[in-house]
Amino acid sequence: MSVRVYDLGHARAGDKGNTSNISVTAYNDEGWQVLQRELTADRVLAHFRHLGAGPVRRYELPQLRALNFVIENALGGGVTRSLAIDPHGKSLSALMLTMTLPSHNEG
Amino acid sequence: MARDKIRIGCGAGFSDDRIPPGVEIVERGELDYLAMECLAERTIARETLDRAKDPAKGYTPVLLERMEAIMPPALQRGIKIVTNMGAANPMGAAKVLRQHAPDWGCPDYTCAVVQGDEVTDLMRAHPELPLMEDGAPLESLLPRMASANAYLGADIVAKGFATGADLVITGRVADPALFLGPMLHAFGWSYDDYDKLGNGTLAGHLLECSGQLTGGCFADPGKKDVEDLAGLGYPLADVWADGRVEVSKTPGSGGRLDVATCTEQLLYEMHDPTAYITPDCVLDASGVTFRQIAHDRVALAGAKGKPRTPTLKVVVGYFDGYMGSGEMGFAGINALARAKLGIEVVKERLRRRGLSYQEMRVDLIGMNSLHGNDADLAPEPYEVRLRIAARTTDKKAAEAVGAEVRSLHMQGPTGAGGGINFGARQILAVKSVLIPRAWVKPEIVMERAA
Repeated sequence: MSVRVYDLGHARAGDKGNTSNISVTAYNDEGWQVLQRELTADRVLAHFRHLGAGPVRRYELPQLRALNFVIENALGGGVTRSLAIDPHGKSLSALMLTMTLPSHNEG
Repeated sequence: MARDKIRIGCGAGFSDDRIPPGVEIVERGELDYLAMECLAERTIARETLDRAKDPAKGYTPVLLERMEAIMPPALQRGIKIVTNMGAANPMGAAKVLRQHAPDWGCPDYTCAVVQGDEVTDLMRAHPELPLMEDGAPLESLLPRMASANAYLGADIVAKGFATGADLVITGRVADPALFLGPMLHAFGWSYDDYDKLGNGTLAGHLLECSGQLTGGCFADPGKKDVEDLAGLGYPLADVWADGRVEVSKTPGSGGRLDVATCTEQLLYEMHDPTAYITPDCVLDASGVTFRQIAHDRVALAGAKGKPRTPTLKVVVGYFDGYMGSGEMGFAGINALARAKLGIEVVKERLRRRGLSYQEMRVDLIGMNSLHGNDADLAPEPYEVRLRIAARTTDKKAAEAVGAEVRSLHMQGPTGAGGGINFGARQILAVKSVLIPRAWVKPEIVMERAA
């Protein structure tokens, strides 16, 4: 069984220099358990690597059921000099939500 | 005058932010203070260039339009205003306002100007400073430097209000400090009231992007709906002297303010949540909680402040050549192949003209322009739009990019429509350094009617 991140949570992307940070917040406790377990920094890196991005750091805020991913080198050289049509990477929150995760029911 | 509670509203979250919601929060928000944040990282570099051409300029270009709408209703209600629209010339902004304000029905007000954020001379004196981005010495940027400004803290904003000013105009100030400044002034908080600084900084961080707290950047139809997004209202914070904070928005406005919007905005442009560094404190937001206490009203808790660092961040703006770009559309049968042929034709024409580029980027809008997907794997869309952008130190080479793209209308593949030549623009890039606090000496200068 697999599940889309889109179905588990919502996301927002911000920018600083050539680094994008993208938060993912679960809609409920059940979704949070899957996100916390399966939405790893390695999986996020694999999903963003084609942009030349990495490394990826992950921070947990369990009381908000939120994860924060800091994705370096994701913005084509940085907001001010990137040739990209979306130099801020504002649309990258939606890329995060296209990821699919295993949602195995244990037991 | 010590107070128990103040209400601070956000009237703008970026330089060209929408003005009507700013007017609405002034008219209906029952505010004590209004803060308007209008300086992105590189904005001030452009304004420094404006000032070089005309010493009276260098403030945010939209200053007069925004203030004509905001100042009369704010001053009429006794609402105090702080804004960084002074950009590269805060005194120039104050003076031009004084010229126009009588025509707006504001003949009489006091204005404090924050000076001292500009540090270009310090940068020239310290070429050895390491860049935060890559550790290389600042020296290599100095010949191309356009601007250098230190992020000032809330203390100088508070000092501006301590003069009794109705209006405090700044250049570069940390965004949350525009909001923390009124709190320091109203409550007399000091720099060892760590958790109050933490809560106040958190409130500023949440409010500084205006509508992003109140339903902007959030709606996903059928999944995450936002009521009356078109009428979205700007946010406000009620702050108590003991450091309690509740956030809300303009009464009767559209939008949405709840735990979900607050959580998204908390983490917006935040890296390590345990160490969000501002000039006023290091905010530990890792334990922050939000509680919905009424419709469109959320109480914050759990922010921790840690002592401010001994350094200030300086953003250095520098010239980095030119960028040229253009777009052209194709639709119908074989649209993708025609777009790809168009790309090859433009590249070859630029090459035969002897033009070269440090970097060139090609996008197929509708297929891979935003997320960088592999266009060869995607199903062919009915219509697609090619985009070519390139960076070069040669302005003429940059101008050629969009011109060649637009020429595809007549000299490209069949059925090329909707071409745009975006021309060439000078690239102002930014990098950062840290400097000791003591190097920067901000001051308040009163602007008075001539």
